[in-house]
Amino acid sequence: MMQPAFPGIPLAPLHGAVPAWRAEVDARQWRATCETAHSTGGRLGALWGSDERDRGRGLGVRALLVLHAGLVCLELHVPEASPAYPDVSDLFPCAGRMQRAAFDLTGIRAVTSNNHVPDPRRWLRHAAWSETEFPLRRDFAQASGAAVDNGYEFVRVEGEGVHEIPVGPVHAGTIEPGHFRFSIVGEKLLRLEERLGYKHKGIEKRFESMTLEEGARLAGRVSGDSTVAYAWAYAMALEALTGTRPTERALLIRSLLLERERVANHLGDLGYLGNDCALSFGFAQFWRLKEDVLRMNERMFTHRYLMDRIVPGGVDCDVDMEGAAALNGEALRLKDEVRGLRSIYYNHAGLQDRCITTGRLAPDTAARLGVVGLAARASGLAMDARAHPGFAPYDRLQPKVASHRNGDVAARIVVRFEEVFESLRLQRSIVRSLGEGALKVPLNPAPEGSFGLGWVEGWRGEVLVALEAGVAGRIRRCHPHDPSWQNWPALEHAVIGNIVPDFPLINKSFNLSYAGADL
Amino acid sequence: MTIGKILLKIARTGILSEPARATDAALRQVSGRLSDEVLRRLGRALAIRHVDAGSCNGCELEIHAMNSPYYNLEGLGIKFVASPRHADLLLVTGPVSRNMEEALRRTYDATPEPKLVVAIGDCGCDGGVFGESYASRGRVANVIPVDVAVPGCPPSPQAILQGILTAVAGIERSTA
Repeated sequence: MMQPAFPGIPLAPLHGAVPAWRAEVDARQWRATCETAHSTGGRLGALWGSDERDRGRGLGVRALLVLHAGLVCLELHVPEASPAYPDVSDLFPCAGRMQRAAFDLTGIRAVTSNNHVPDPRRWLRHAAWSETEFPLRRDFAQASGAAVDNGYEFVRVEGEGVHEIPVGPVHAGTIEPGHFRFSIVGEKLLRLEERLGYKHKGIEKRFESMTLEEGARLAGRVSGDSTVAYAWAYAMALEALTGTRPTERALLIRSLLLERERVANHLGDLGYLGNDCALSFGFAQFWRLKEDVLRMNERMFTHRYLMDRIVPGGVDCDVDMEGAAALNGEALRLKDEVRGLRSIYYNHAGLQDRCITTGRLAPDTAARLGVVGLAARASGLAMDARAHPGFAPYDRLQPKVASHRNGDVAARIVVRFEEVFESLRLQRSIVRSLGEGALKVPLNPAPEGSFGLGWVEGWRGEVLVALEAGVAGRIRRCHPHDPSWQNWPALEHAVIGNIVPDFPLINKSFNLSYAGADL
Repeated sequence: MTIGKILLKIARTGILSEPARATDAALRQVSGRLSDEVLRRLGRALAIRHVDAGSCNGCELEIHAMNSPYYNLEGLGIKFVASPRHADLLLVTGPVSRNMEEALRRTYDATPEPKLVVAIGDCGCDGGVFGESYASRGRVANVIPVDVAVPGCPPSPQAILQGILTAVAGIERSTA
């Protein structure tokens, strides 16, 4: 794989399943590298802080850039006394919330060149700890209990007839908690501002109390609906830092599980999207099909959502001849059923009327915001880590990337349908090609300070995991990154100019994770 | 044309509903809090408000799945409602994150008496893999009173339904 070109930046290759490099930079290089990445079509994958004072290196901040050539992890260290680093949210708007979260957790602040803090408001910190406490510092044990919630300043929209609707954190349906502040005129949405972080439960700190192997179980519970993607990304990172390579058979079974997770989630979403357009028939049908898939998971892999089936070093499940035949038959049946339902969805005037042009995220907006995954593919950005860089075994499976240019709710429905069919095709191809090989290989030792990355295309988008080993096989730092970080801000754009009653439909068409981004 | 296809599909699919599991008194955290007469009335038309207090969203997947045609919720007299003010029972998932603690308390206070609380999942039962920390209060019972707790990661729709039915079963009926 060709190395990305950043003049003057010493890139050290990181071994593992995906092409990746790391580079230690100073503040000027941090900014310059991000500018180069931005101007050459690169994206920001993730950004997080860490406490390196025990190593005499002050506080650290890392940015994971996603480039055509692969991943580049930039590392910058700053002294505790002046914990500031150059802001990159002007280049990558999605950095805004990540930078605010990094400050809340580690006390390291992004500032612009004229020493301005772009958005000084807190993000993950509500009232569980005070503004002078930073949970991810190594000397933080418990919050002092002195914190008070002194309100949160939403951006106010003013003008004749403008009013606000505050919604949440507890929503009206079976939905995760978060707060939405709508500014509206009549029924038309002028602005949506999200306030998240309600589900923050200290996952990153929790990782640091675990061994590298124990962390797999927690990684699989960052966002339960993407447990396979997280478990794989975590295993990939741990295998990278230990130099362990799972067998071909284990990798194929992993891809089978990932495609089953994709199909199950897409079926559920297609059902809810029909339901939100008052086509409850669609809900009943798709949830019947989804339940059949979940029951097959239970029967074949002993877990409906496939939790803990991917383990570091391989998988904790198997597919025998009889199982392969059952899965093949299921894929063929599903293809027929979904085809029939697709024809109904595509020809249902009421449903089409609700979905076409609703919640439009234009391709240039999507690109500027750094949107990823399914939402990106529905807005003309044909990115999919399974196709490029094509981590094993996808390099051989050659998945087709679904994409659409309209960026509306209808486009996100179309992409889901196409991905269901492609996933079913892949599943059949996978069960045909399962060869011999161990299900799990032992992990090589993890030297202290070794670092690995995981990058997996889950059903919602790319899941990234950055993992650093500590002493005696323990976790020093683990940052799991959900695609929802990038896509939540895009929802704020997609709803502009729509009517309030269409919000649930638009929101569902993105179906973002609160848990995954609240950590 | 489309309506014809829809009707045909409905006819071909048929009725899939399965019977619910018998109640299980072992899931009960407290007993005798509400009289059998009250429970009998609640159980005949039960309004449920779901509150996610900090879960990984795995339990939500199963609560959604409970609405699939296999489980016939409405046939059992169970309905999910949009406001705690309309609810008889709170179905609470998650370890309770500290950021959701107040919202959960307020939701509980907004639910009229007599009310029931069913905690869902290993995290709701004992904090699960997240435990108690600077950001997590652990099990639901650390924040509001819990009548029934359903373990599992996540518990199946059958298990959640069993927990709900156990909560509204009077003592003599659940031991019968």
